[in-house]
Amino acid sequence: MNNSRRHFLKVAGISACALSAGLAGVAQAQAGSYEPNAQGLKAKRWAMVIDTRKFTSAEDYKPLIEACHKAHNVPDVPGNQNIKWMWLDKYDRVFTDDMNAQLPEKFKKGMFPLLCNHCTNPPCVRVCPTQATYKMADGIVAMDYHRCIGCRFCMAGCPYGARSFNFVDPRKHLADPVPNPAYPTRMIGVVEKCTFCAERLAKGQLPACVEASNGAVLFGDLEDPNSVVRKALAENFSIRRKPSLGTQPGVYYLI
Amino acid sequence: MVERLLTGSKRYYMWLAFLCVVILGCLCVYWQQLQQGLGITGMNRDVSWGLYISQFTYFVGVAASAVMLVLPAYFHHYKKFKRMIIFGEFMAISAVIMCALFIVVDLGQPQRMANVLLHPTPNSVMFYDMIVLIGYLCLNALIGWVTLEAERLGVEPPKWIKFFVYLSVIWAFSIHTVTAFLYAGVPGRHYWLTAIMAARFLSSAFCSGPAILLLLVFLLKRLTGFNPGEDAVKTLTKIITYAMCINVFFYCLELFTAFYSNIPGHMEPLVFLFSGHDGHVAWVTYWMWAAVIMAFASLAMLIPPSLRDNMKLLPYALGMLVLASWIDKGLGLLIGGFTPNMYEAVTPYAPTCAEVVVALGVYAIGALVLSLLWKIALDVKKESGHFGD
Repeated sequence: MNNSRRHFLKVAGISACALSAGLAGVAQAQAGSYEPNAQGLKAKRWAMVIDTRKFTSAEDYKPLIEACHKAHNVPDVPGNQNIKWMWLDKYDRVFTDDMNAQLPEKFKKGMFPLLCNHCTNPPCVRVCPTQATYKMADGIVAMDYHRCIGCRFCMAGCPYGARSFNFVDPRKHLADPVPNPAYPTRMIGVVEKCTFCAERLAKGQLPACVEASNGAVLFGDLEDPNSVVRKALAENFSIRRKPSLGTQPGVYYLI
Repeated sequence: MVERLLTGSKRYYMWLAFLCVVILGCLCVYWQQLQQGLGITGMNRDVSWGLYISQFTYFVGVAASAVMLVLPAYFHHYKKFKRMIIFGEFMAISAVIMCALFIVVDLGQPQRMANVLLHPTPNSVMFYDMIVLIGYLCLNALIGWVTLEAERLGVEPPKWIKFFVYLSVIWAFSIHTVTAFLYAGVPGRHYWLTAIMAARFLSSAFCSGPAILLLLVFLLKRLTGFNPGEDAVKTLTKIITYAMCINVFFYCLELFTAFYSNIPGHMEPLVFLFSGHDGHVAWVTYWMWAAVIMAFASLAMLIPPSLRDNMKLLPYALGMLVLASWIDKGLGLLIGGFTPNMYEAVTPYAPTCAEVVVALGVYAIGALVLSLLWKIALDVKKESGHFGD
């Protein structure tokens, strides 16, 4: 081996070692600098119980939807390319499996809330080709807006129509400054949806809609027999959307 | 062999120039889509896939259909297909390229598409679809090139290529099966949730793909004098006829299950496609009925041998067959899948002009790739004396 080549290999080897050591150091430093919030709320399986009996009209749901859309900078896009995290629809549109022609007035005319069901077996997670949508250990189905390629397979996969795609630039349809500067706005061309307020749970706060509901929407750990959701489900008759599909929604409705 | 692209008639260069102009024009519209987002398309929150994905689906079928030439030629030693086979393989290449482009133009964030490779997700059918399409592209490029090179040199193709040929036969079935799984495994979309989807895809591909090939080969005959051989055309027409019969039969099976079971979810998309909703007839309804009429008319012209072998009538029969299958798979499949929507309501969808132009741009790129590949093949055929009977 000639001298210059040996020298080159030596320098290259040392540089590689130094570089990887440096990278490892940076990685370690990053790992050490982030700690989960001690006040964060934890659960084995988050679930929501909406007591629809406590809402008499669509107006009653308005504060919840406003709280949600403000907390997450959900844009107000006109037309059918809109973004919806929480919204209302008629009973037969929400509970499409219930096909009774004769229903009490409340169900014929009343409005009911819709949001992502955070399924135990989420089809959106199954079909996503990049794991941009994924299930967290606590049952929340989350989104990585930076990994999403915008293929919209998850929208075809979701049987609840819970997902919205940013067909247009969402930032053009937001107030300036945005309602909640602490939460990121999204870019064009990615899918988004309700996150069960994972970012608020991490800080020890209940989801925005739960907080705005004055106790009409309950939130807790489905695996904990003493949680508010388990108690509400044990004492009341509840239904879920499209249960026959086996997705096991995490949102329950008291009717 | 690539040098053959550089020598051609004036007409050949005019055609290439025309395609390039079309592509450039359509690129401008795609540029607009990149700037403004998919908002310029007719897609919406409830009908979240449209013309792009349906064209992708249709051309996976066209790509897979090359197997209808390869299988008889290699598994059954049907030698008469040998002259035409390269055109089928090269058509498959341009079809796969079109498929890839239709996916790209449909993405909201196309610059991130490498994420599919960077974060491989085996539970997603889209991941497998990407693998099988890339694999099929490589197989056809390899087989096409090696066999054409052998033909040019006047020797038998090397033996090792047979392995890849057999593999490509199985692979062709897999690409369209996996594409059907994109739809057939999704819960809550009634029109798609059917075990027969892959079988329907294959049957419709095996009639429409070879029909497109024959129509293009007839055009080639007019333009260049290349003769695929009368027996080859007759045999391929028989294959097309059988595949179309099976295709129509499979669709009727869907109708039986939906309407005899009387389950609303199964019936609603079909009722919407063929008769509209709440008294409103959607534009797609007219197209669907046109497809029904053309499907049966094409069968009426293909099943009786006396009509089938009439070379004057054949292009019309094949043309109607292609249009019928395109409406079924290129329009009805997607619109029926998203209508009624997840709330059992109807959200209308119609492609916008911009969307159609972008799709035409992809068609033009496909035509360009096909023209270049076929130019090479034609020149080699001419040189080696395999140009006609």
